[in-house]
Amino acid sequence: MLSKRLIACLDVRDGKLAKSVKFVDTKDIGDPVEKAREYYLDGLDELVFYDITASSDKRNIMLDVVEAVAEQVFIPLSVGGGVRSVADATDLRLAGAEKINVNSAAVRRPALIAECAEAIGNQNIVLSMDIRRVTPTSDVPSGYEIVIEGGRRPMGMDALAWALEGERLGAGELVINSIDADGTRVGYELKLTSMLAEAVRIPVIASGGAGEPEHLYDALITGKADAVLVASMLHYGDYSVSELKRYLYERGVKMRMSW
Amino acid sequence: MSLVVIIDYDAGNLRSVQRACHEVGIEAEISADADRVRTAQRVIFPGVGAAGSAMRSLKKKGLDAALREVLAAGKPVLGICLGLQISFDHSEENDQQTLGLLPGCVKRFEFQRRDLKIPHMGWNEVRISRPHPLLAGIERADEFYFVHAYYPVPAAQENVYAVTDYEHDFASAVGKDNYFATQFHPEKSGRVGLRLLRQFASWDGSC
Repeated sequence: MLSKRLIACLDVRDGKLAKSVKFVDTKDIGDPVEKAREYYLDGLDELVFYDITASSDKRNIMLDVVEAVAEQVFIPLSVGGGVRSVADATDLRLAGAEKINVNSAAVRRPALIAECAEAIGNQNIVLSMDIRRVTPTSDVPSGYEIVIEGGRRPMGMDALAWALEGERLGAGELVINSIDADGTRVGYELKLTSMLAEAVRIPVIASGGAGEPEHLYDALITGKADAVLVASMLHYGDYSVSELKRYLYERGVKMRMSW
Repeated sequence: MSLVVIIDYDAGNLRSVQRACHEVGIEAEISADADRVRTAQRVIFPGVGAAGSAMRSLKKKGLDAALREVLAAGKPVLGICLGLQISFDHSEENDQQTLGLLPGCVKRFEFQRRDLKIPHMGWNEVRISRPHPLLAGIERADEFYFVHAYYPVPAAQENVYAVTDYEHDFASAVGKDNYFATQFHPEKSGRVGLRLLRQFASWDGSC
Protein backbone atom coordinates (compact mmCIF):
# COMPACT_ATOMS: atom_id res chain seq x y z
CA MET A 1 0.00 0.00 0.00
CA LEU A 2 1.25 3.45 -0.92
CA SER A 3 2.49 5.52 2.00
CA LYS A 4 1.48 9.10 2.68
CA ARG A 5 4.44 11.44 2.29
CA LEU A 6 5.97 13.96 4.66
CA ILE A 7 7.60 16.73 2.63
CA ALA A 8 9.79 19.49 4.03
CA CYS A 9 9.72 22.85 2.34
CA LEU A 10 12.81 25.02 2.42
CA ASP A 11 12.47 28.60 1.26
CA VAL A 12 15.84 29.75 -0.01
CA ARG A 13 16.84 33.38 -0.44
CA ASP A 14 20.33 34.25 -1.69
CA GLY A 15 21.40 30.70 -0.88
CA LYS A 16 20.16 30.84 2.73
CA LEU A 17 17.20 29.15 4.36
CA ALA A 18 14.36 31.60 5.12
CA LYS A 19 10.89 31.33 6.57
CA SER A 20 7.95 33.65 6.05
CA VAL A 21 4.77 34.30 7.98
CA LYS A 22 1.77 34.99 5.72
CA PHE A 23 4.29 35.43 2.91
CA VAL A 24 6.06 38.45 4.46
CA ASP A 25 8.65 39.09 7.21
CA THR A 26 11.12 36.54 5.89
CA LYS A 27 14.25 35.92 7.91
CA ASP A 28 17.33 33.74 7.51
CA ILE A 29 17.34 30.59 9.62
CA GLY A 30 20.25 28.50 8.41
CA ASP A 31 22.04 26.55 5.71
CA PRO A 32 19.65 24.72 3.33
CA VAL A 33 22.14 22.00 2.41
CA GLU A 34 22.82 21.11 6.04
CA LYS A 35 19.10 21.08 6.88
CA ALA A 36 18.28 18.96 3.84
CA ARG A 37 20.87 16.36 4.81
CA GLU A 38 19.67 16.33 8.43
CA TYR A 39 16.03 15.77 7.41
CA TYR A 40 16.98 13.11 4.85
CA LEU A 41 18.88 11.09 7.45
CA ASP A 42 15.91 11.41 9.82
CA GLY A 43 13.52 9.77 7.32
CA LEU A 44 12.11 12.62 5.25
CA ASP A 45 10.18 11.37 2.19
CA GLU A 46 10.70 14.31 -0.17
CA LEU A 47 12.21 17.80 -0.26
CA VAL A 48 10.91 20.99 -1.83
CA PHE A 49 12.99 24.09 -2.36
CA TYR A 50 11.40 27.42 -3.22
CA ASP A 51 13.73 30.09 -4.48
CA ILE A 52 12.51 33.39 -3.04
CA THR A 53 15.58 35.33 -4.13
CA ALA A 54 14.42 38.77 -5.15
CA SER A 55 17.10 39.78 -7.64
CA SER A 56 17.49 37.76 -10.81
CA ASP A 57 21.31 38.14 -10.89
CA LYS A 58 21.54 35.89 -7.83
CA ARG A 59 19.51 33.09 -9.37
CA ASN A 60 22.53 30.93 -10.06
CA ILE A 61 23.09 30.57 -6.31
CA MET A 62 19.98 28.38 -6.28
CA LEU A 63 21.47 26.05 -8.88
CA ASP A 64 24.52 25.62 -6.63
CA VAL A 65 22.29 24.83 -3.65
CA VAL A 66 20.31 22.25 -5.64
CA GLU A 67 23.50 20.67 -6.92
CA ALA A 68 25.00 20.43 -3.43
CA VAL A 69 21.82 18.88 -2.04
CA ALA A 70 21.45 16.41 -4.92
CA GLU A 71 24.94 15.10 -4.23
CA GLN A 72 24.05 13.97 -0.74
CA VAL A 73 20.30 13.52 -0.50
CA PHE A 74 18.80 10.49 -2.25
CA ILE A 75 15.09 11.15 -2.11
CA PRO A 76 12.95 13.09 -4.60
CA LEU A 77 13.92 16.72 -4.81
CA SER A 78 11.48 19.32 -6.06
CA VAL A 79 12.37 22.92 -6.87
CA GLY A 80 10.29 25.98 -7.63
CA GLY A 81 10.25 29.75 -7.47
CA GLY A 82 10.63 31.87 -10.56
CA VAL A 83 10.37 29.08 -13.14
CA ARG A 84 9.20 30.87 -16.29
CA SER A 85 10.32 28.65 -19.13
CA VAL A 86 11.32 25.15 -20.16
CA ALA A 87 14.92 26.43 -20.07
CA ASP A 88 14.57 27.37 -16.37
CA ALA A 89 13.11 23.92 -15.67
CA THR A 90 15.88 22.18 -17.58
CA ASP A 91 18.62 24.10 -15.74
CA LEU A 92 17.17 23.04 -12.40
CA ARG A 93 16.78 19.44 -13.56
CA LEU A 94 20.41 19.31 -14.66
CA ALA A 95 21.45 20.68 -11.27
CA GLY A 96 19.65 17.73 -9.68
CA ALA A 97 15.96 18.58 -9.19
CA GLU A 98 13.59 15.72 -9.95
CA LYS A 99 10.41 17.75 -10.04
CA ILE A 100 9.84 21.33 -11.06
CA ASN A 101 7.23 23.54 -9.42
CA VAL A 102 5.52 26.21 -11.46
CA ASN A 103 3.31 28.88 -9.94
CA SER A 104 2.87 32.54 -10.97
CA ALA A 105 4.31 32.14 -14.45
CA ALA A 106 1.84 29.32 -15.19
CA VAL A 107 -1.08 31.48 -14.10
CA ARG A 108 0.06 34.21 -16.49
CA ARG A 109 0.78 31.74 -19.27
CA PRO A 110 -0.88 28.33 -18.72
CA ALA A 111 0.87 26.80 -21.75
CA LEU A 112 4.01 26.69 -19.58
CA ILE A 113 2.56 23.62 -17.84
CA ALA A 114 2.08 21.75 -21.11
CA GLU A 115 5.51 22.79 -22.40
CA CYS A 116 7.25 21.60 -19.23
CA ALA A 117 5.21 18.38 -19.15
CA GLU A 118 6.29 17.67 -22.70
CA ALA A 119 9.95 18.45 -21.98
CA ILE A 120 10.45 16.78 -18.61
CA GLY A 121 7.47 14.43 -18.23
CA ASN A 122 4.06 14.96 -16.59
CA GLN A 123 5.12 13.29 -13.39
CA ASN A 124 7.87 15.86 -12.90
CA ILE A 125 5.79 18.98 -13.28
CA VAL A 126 4.13 20.20 -10.10
CA LEU A 127 1.55 22.97 -10.17
CA SER A 128 1.89 24.99 -7.00
CA MET A 129 -1.12 27.17 -6.22
CA ASP A 130 -1.29 30.04 -3.71
CA ILE A 131 -4.89 30.41 -2.67
CA ARG A 132 -6.90 32.76 -0.46
CA ARG A 133 -10.43 32.53 0.86
CA VAL A 134 -12.90 35.09 -0.55
CA THR A 135 -16.64 35.66 -0.69
CA PRO A 136 -17.90 33.53 -3.60
CA THR A 137 -18.58 35.51 -6.78
CA SER A 138 -19.45 34.52 -10.34
CA ASP A 139 -15.73 34.54 -11.22
CA VAL A 140 -14.72 32.69 -8.07
CA PRO A 141 -17.69 30.40 -7.29
CA SER A 142 -15.73 28.07 -5.02
CA GLY A 143 -14.83 30.94 -2.69
CA TYR A 144 -11.12 30.28 -3.17
CA GLU A 145 -9.11 32.61 -5.35
CA ILE A 146 -5.70 32.21 -7.00
CA VAL A 147 -3.11 34.75 -5.90
CA ILE A 148 0.33 35.19 -7.47
CA GLU A 149 3.63 37.01 -6.91
CA GLY A 150 4.18 35.54 -3.49
CA GLY A 151 0.67 36.34 -2.33
CA ARG A 152 0.61 39.96 -3.46
CA ARG A 153 -1.60 39.85 -6.53
CA PRO A 154 -5.14 38.38 -6.51
CA MET A 155 -6.07 37.12 -9.97
CA GLY A 156 -9.86 36.86 -9.82
CA MET A 157 -9.43 33.22 -10.85
CA ASP A 158 -11.19 30.30 -9.20
CA ALA A 159 -8.82 27.83 -7.50
CA LEU A 160 -10.96 24.78 -8.32
CA ALA A 161 -11.18 25.70 -12.01
CA TRP A 162 -7.42 26.35 -12.12
CA ALA A 163 -6.62 22.99 -10.47
CA LEU A 164 -8.69 21.16 -13.09
CA GLU A 165 -7.12 23.18 -15.89
CA GLY A 166 -3.63 22.45 -14.51
CA GLU A 167 -4.38 18.73 -14.47
CA ARG A 168 -5.72 18.90 -18.02
CA LEU A 169 -2.59 20.72 -19.21
CA GLY A 170 -0.41 17.93 -17.84
CA ALA A 171 0.58 18.74 -14.27
CA GLY A 172 1.51 15.57 -12.39
CA GLU A 173 0.85 16.86 -8.91
CA LEU A 174 -0.71 19.84 -7.11
CA VAL A 175 0.52 21.83 -4.13
CA ILE A 176 -2.39 23.51 -2.35
CA ASN A 177 -0.97 26.42 -0.42
CA SER A 178 -3.37 28.41 1.71
CA ILE A 179 -2.23 31.99 2.15
CA ASP A 180 -4.69 32.46 5.01
CA ALA A 181 -3.07 29.61 6.92
CA ASP A 182 0.59 30.11 5.86
CA GLY A 183 2.89 30.48 8.85
CA THR A 184 0.01 30.77 11.34
CA ARG A 185 0.54 27.27 12.80
CA VAL A 186 -3.21 26.85 13.37
CA GLY A 187 -3.65 24.02 10.84
CA TYR A 188 -4.07 23.45 7.12
CA GLU A 189 -7.12 24.75 5.24
CA LEU A 190 -8.96 21.41 5.28
CA LYS A 191 -12.03 22.39 3.29
CA LEU A 192 -9.92 23.74 0.45
CA THR A 193 -7.61 20.72 0.51
CA SER A 194 -10.38 18.11 0.41
CA MET A 195 -12.29 20.02 -2.27
CA LEU A 196 -9.28 19.96 -4.60
CA ALA A 197 -8.12 16.44 -3.63
CA GLU A 198 -11.54 15.06 -4.56
CA ALA A 199 -11.71 17.02 -7.82
CA VAL A 200 -8.48 15.79 -9.44
CA ARG A 201 -6.95 12.37 -10.14
CA ILE A 202 -3.36 13.48 -9.57
CA PRO A 203 -1.72 13.54 -6.11
CA VAL A 204 -2.35 16.58 -3.92
CA ILE A 205 0.05 18.08 -1.36
CA ALA A 206 -1.39 20.16 1.50
CA SER A 207 0.68 23.23 2.37
CA GLY A 208 0.51 26.17 4.76
CA GLY A 209 -0.49 26.34 8.40
CA ALA A 210 0.95 23.27 10.10
CA GLY A 211 1.87 23.85 13.75
CA GLU A 212 0.94 20.63 15.55
CA PRO A 213 1.33 16.97 14.50
CA GLU A 214 -2.45 16.68 14.64
CA HIS A 215 -2.70 19.17 11.76
CA LEU A 216 -0.79 16.76 9.53
CA TYR A 217 -3.16 13.95 10.44
CA ASP A 218 -6.16 16.15 9.68
CA ALA A 219 -4.82 17.16 6.27
CA LEU A 220 -4.17 13.54 5.28
CA ILE A 221 -7.43 12.13 6.62
CA THR A 222 -10.06 14.92 6.62
CA GLY A 223 -8.30 16.89 3.88
CA LYS A 224 -7.69 13.70 1.82
CA ALA A 225 -4.22 14.93 0.83
CA ASP A 226 -1.64 12.46 -0.48
CA ALA A 227 1.21 14.32 1.19
CA VAL A 228 1.75 17.09 3.71
CA LEU A 229 4.26 19.87 3.42
CA VAL A 230 5.83 21.32 6.57
CA ALA A 231 8.33 24.09 7.20
CA SER A 232 8.31 26.05 10.49
CA MET A 233 7.53 22.97 12.58
CA LEU A 234 10.83 21.43 11.52
CA HIS A 235 13.05 24.44 10.92
CA TYR A 236 12.68 25.86 14.44
CA GLY A 237 13.37 22.47 15.98
CA ASP A 238 9.95 22.07 17.60
CA TYR A 239 9.58 18.64 16.00
CA SER A 240 11.83 16.25 14.16
CA VAL A 241 10.95 14.45 10.92
CA SER A 242 10.96 11.06 12.64
CA GLU A 243 8.74 12.33 15.49
CA LEU A 244 6.14 13.57 13.04
CA LYS A 245 6.21 10.34 11.04
CA ARG A 246 5.95 8.21 14.16
CA TYR A 247 2.98 10.27 15.39
CA LEU A 248 1.13 9.74 12.10
CA TYR A 249 2.04 6.07 11.98
CA GLU A 250 0.79 5.49 15.52
CA ARG A 251 -2.50 7.13 14.58
CA GLY A 252 -2.91 4.59 11.80
CA VAL A 253 -1.65 6.54 8.79
CA LYS A 254 0.43 4.45 6.38
CA MET A 255 3.93 5.97 6.54
CA ARG A 256 7.39 4.78 5.53
CA MET A 257 8.93 3.91 8.90
CA SER A 258 12.19 2.26 7.85
CA TRP A 259 15.07 4.33 6.52
CA MET B 1 38.79 -0.07 -13.42
CA SER B 2 35.77 -1.73 -14.94
CA LEU B 3 33.56 0.50 -17.02
CA VAL B 4 29.96 1.10 -15.90
CA VAL B 5 27.78 2.84 -18.48
CA ILE B 6 24.40 4.46 -17.95
CA ILE B 7 22.60 4.29 -21.29
CA ASP B 8 21.46 7.73 -22.44
CA TYR B 9 18.57 7.59 -24.90
CA ASP B 10 16.93 10.99 -24.24
CA ALA B 11 14.64 9.43 -21.63
CA GLY B 12 14.93 11.63 -18.62
CA ASN B 13 17.58 13.01 -16.36
CA LEU B 14 20.26 10.44 -15.75
CA ARG B 15 22.45 12.45 -13.44
CA SER B 16 20.50 11.42 -10.36
CA VAL B 17 21.34 7.79 -11.19
CA GLN B 18 24.96 8.80 -11.73
CA ARG B 19 25.09 10.69 -8.41
CA ALA B 20 23.62 7.77 -6.47
CA CYS B 21 26.18 5.47 -8.12
CA HIS B 22 28.95 7.84 -7.05
CA GLU B 23 27.65 7.72 -3.47
CA VAL B 24 28.16 3.94 -3.40
CA GLY B 25 31.57 4.07 -5.09
CA ILE B 26 30.59 3.39 -8.72
CA GLU B 27 31.98 5.95 -11.16
CA ALA B 28 29.45 5.48 -13.93
CA GLU B 29 29.66 7.14 -17.33
CA ILE B 30 26.57 8.45 -19.12
CA SER B 31 26.75 7.55 -22.79
CA ALA B 32 24.56 7.53 -25.89
CA ASP B 33 27.28 5.82 -27.93
CA ALA B 34 26.44 2.21 -28.83
CA ASP B 35 30.12 1.27 -29.09
CA ARG B 36 30.84 2.67 -25.66
CA VAL B 37 27.94 0.61 -24.28
CA ARG B 38 29.42 -2.51 -25.93
CA THR B 39 32.73 -2.02 -24.14
CA ALA B 40 31.10 -1.65 -20.71
CA GLN B 41 31.49 -4.35 -18.08
CA ARG B 42 28.24 -3.33 -16.45
CA VAL B 43 25.26 -1.37 -17.80
CA ILE B 44 22.46 0.63 -16.22
CA PHE B 45 19.38 1.07 -18.38
CA PRO B 46 17.23 3.76 -16.73
CA GLY B 47 14.58 6.01 -18.18
CA VAL B 48 11.56 8.15 -17.57
CA GLY B 49 9.11 9.11 -20.28
CA ALA B 50 6.96 7.43 -22.88
CA ALA B 51 7.54 3.99 -24.45
CA GLY B 52 7.08 5.22 -28.03
CA SER B 53 9.72 7.95 -28.07
CA ALA B 54 12.06 5.80 -25.97
CA MET B 55 11.98 2.96 -28.52
CA ARG B 56 12.51 5.34 -31.44
CA SER B 57 15.49 6.93 -29.72
CA LEU B 58 17.05 3.57 -28.77
CA LYS B 59 16.79 2.28 -32.34
CA LYS B 60 18.01 5.48 -33.94
CA LYS B 61 21.21 5.30 -31.89
CA GLY B 62 21.64 1.55 -32.29
CA LEU B 63 21.43 1.23 -28.52
CA ASP B 64 18.85 -1.58 -28.66
CA ALA B 65 21.36 -3.80 -30.51
CA ALA B 66 24.18 -2.81 -28.14
CA LEU B 67 22.02 -3.66 -25.14
CA ARG B 68 21.20 -7.10 -26.57
CA GLU B 69 24.90 -7.77 -27.16
CA VAL B 70 25.83 -6.75 -23.63
CA LEU B 71 23.14 -9.07 -22.26
CA ALA B 72 24.18 -11.95 -24.52
CA ALA B 73 27.77 -11.51 -23.29
CA GLY B 74 26.55 -12.19 -19.76
CA LYS B 75 27.38 -8.73 -18.38
CA PRO B 76 25.22 -7.50 -15.51
CA VAL B 77 22.49 -5.07 -16.59
CA LEU B 78 20.18 -3.09 -14.29
CA GLY B 79 16.95 -1.65 -15.74
CA ILE B 80 15.09 1.12 -13.91
CA CYS B 81 11.49 2.31 -14.39
CA LEU B 82 10.95 2.90 -18.14
CA GLY B 83 13.99 0.68 -18.73
CA LEU B 84 12.06 -2.14 -17.06
CA GLN B 85 8.87 -1.40 -18.98
CA ILE B 86 10.39 -1.43 -22.44
CA SER B 87 12.15 -4.71 -21.64
CA PHE B 88 8.86 -6.55 -22.16
CA ASP B 89 7.22 -7.44 -25.49
CA HIS B 90 4.62 -4.74 -25.67
CA SER B 91 3.42 -1.59 -23.90
CA GLU B 92 -0.09 -0.16 -23.89
CA GLU B 93 1.60 3.23 -23.80
CA ASN B 94 1.60 4.39 -27.45
CA ASP B 95 0.58 0.77 -28.32
CA GLN B 96 4.31 0.14 -28.71
CA GLN B 97 6.20 -3.05 -29.54
CA THR B 98 9.13 -3.06 -27.14
CA LEU B 99 12.42 -4.94 -26.72
CA GLY B 100 11.11 -8.37 -25.77
CA LEU B 101 13.97 -9.18 -23.38
CA LEU B 102 11.34 -10.63 -21.03
CA PRO B 103 7.99 -12.17 -22.00
CA GLY B 104 4.96 -10.09 -21.04
CA CYS B 105 3.38 -6.70 -21.49
CA VAL B 106 2.90 -3.35 -19.80
CA LYS B 107 -0.55 -1.99 -18.92
CA ARG B 108 -1.93 1.30 -17.63
CA PHE B 109 -3.34 1.52 -14.10
CA GLU B 110 -7.13 1.80 -14.28
CA PHE B 111 -9.16 2.26 -11.11
CA GLN B 112 -12.82 2.73 -10.36
CA ARG B 113 -11.93 4.34 -7.03
CA ARG B 114 -11.19 8.03 -7.48
CA ASP B 115 -9.02 8.21 -4.37
CA LEU B 116 -6.34 6.04 -6.00
CA LYS B 117 -4.20 8.58 -7.78
CA ILE B 118 -2.47 8.03 -11.10
CA PRO B 119 0.51 8.04 -11.38
CA HIS B 120 1.36 5.70 -8.53
CA MET B 121 3.69 8.24 -6.91
CA GLY B 122 5.50 7.87 -3.63
CA TRP B 123 6.95 5.26 -1.31
CA ASN B 124 5.65 1.71 -1.25
CA GLU B 125 6.70 -1.70 0.02
CA VAL B 126 8.54 -4.19 -2.14
CA ARG B 127 7.77 -7.77 -1.10
CA ILE B 128 10.38 -10.22 -2.27
CA SER B 129 8.83 -13.24 -3.98
CA ARG B 130 12.10 -14.84 -5.11
CA PRO B 131 15.52 -14.23 -3.56
CA HIS B 132 18.01 -12.34 -5.68
CA PRO B 133 21.54 -11.05 -4.92
CA LEU B 134 20.46 -7.45 -5.64
CA LEU B 135 17.63 -7.71 -3.10
CA ALA B 136 19.76 -9.25 -0.35
CA GLY B 137 19.20 -7.58 3.02
CA ILE B 138 16.02 -5.79 1.93
CA GLU B 139 13.49 -6.12 4.76
CA ARG B 140 9.72 -6.39 4.67
CA ALA B 141 9.27 -2.86 6.06
CA ASP B 142 11.65 -1.24 3.58
CA GLU B 143 10.00 1.01 1.04
CA PHE B 144 11.13 2.33 -2.33
CA TYR B 145 10.16 5.39 -4.35
CA PHE B 146 7.85 4.89 -7.34
CA VAL B 147 6.55 7.19 -10.09
CA HIS B 148 4.66 5.48 -12.89
CA ALA B 149 1.27 5.24 -14.57
CA TYR B 150 1.96 1.92 -16.32
CA TYR B 151 2.96 -1.39 -14.73
CA PRO B 152 4.50 -4.64 -16.00
CA VAL B 153 2.56 -7.89 -16.42
CA PRO B 154 5.24 -10.59 -16.88
CA ALA B 155 4.10 -13.72 -18.70
CA ALA B 156 6.43 -15.96 -16.69
CA GLN B 157 6.28 -16.08 -12.90
CA GLU B 158 9.93 -17.10 -12.74
CA ASN B 159 10.87 -13.59 -13.93
CA VAL B 160 9.15 -11.96 -10.93
CA TYR B 161 11.44 -11.19 -7.98
CA ALA B 162 9.26 -8.77 -6.01
CA VAL B 163 5.72 -7.44 -5.97
CA THR B 164 4.12 -4.21 -4.75
CA ASP B 165 0.51 -3.52 -3.86
CA TYR B 166 -1.36 -0.63 -5.47
CA GLU B 167 -5.00 -1.73 -5.39
CA HIS B 168 -3.63 -5.01 -6.78
CA ASP B 169 -0.18 -6.60 -6.69
CA PHE B 170 2.09 -5.84 -9.63
CA ALA B 171 5.65 -6.98 -10.39
CA SER B 172 8.02 -4.31 -9.03
CA ALA B 173 11.28 -6.19 -9.61
CA VAL B 174 11.86 -8.59 -12.49
CA GLY B 175 14.82 -10.35 -13.99
CA LYS B 176 16.32 -13.14 -15.98
CA ASP B 177 19.90 -14.40 -15.75
CA ASN B 178 22.22 -11.37 -15.84
CA TYR B 179 19.35 -8.89 -16.31
CA PHE B 180 17.55 -7.34 -13.35
CA ALA B 181 15.09 -4.44 -13.40
CA THR B 182 13.06 -2.42 -10.93
CA GLN B 183 9.88 -0.42 -11.43
CA PHE B 184 10.94 1.78 -8.50
CA HIS B 185 13.83 4.24 -8.45
CA PRO B 186 16.74 2.96 -6.33
CA GLU B 187 18.54 6.27 -6.90
CA LYS B 188 15.71 8.10 -5.11
CA SER B 189 14.99 5.50 -2.43
CA GLY B 190 17.37 6.53 0.32
CA ARG B 191 19.46 3.94 2.16
CA VAL B 192 17.76 0.84 0.75
CA GLY B 193 18.02 2.11 -2.80
CA LEU B 194 21.72 2.79 -2.36
CA ARG B 195 22.07 -0.71 -0.95
CA LEU B 196 20.59 -2.18 -4.12
CA LEU B 197 22.97 -0.12 -6.29
CA ARG B 198 25.95 -1.16 -4.16
CA GLN B 199 24.92 -4.79 -4.61
CA PHE B 200 24.66 -4.25 -8.35
CA ALA B 201 28.26 -2.99 -8.37
CA SER B 202 29.52 -6.34 -7.06
CA TRP B 203 26.98 -8.63 -8.77
CA ASP B 204 28.51 -11.22 -11.10
CA GLY B 205 25.30 -11.64 -13.09
CA SER B 206 24.26 -14.96 -11.68
CA CYS B 207 21.19 -15.56 -9.53
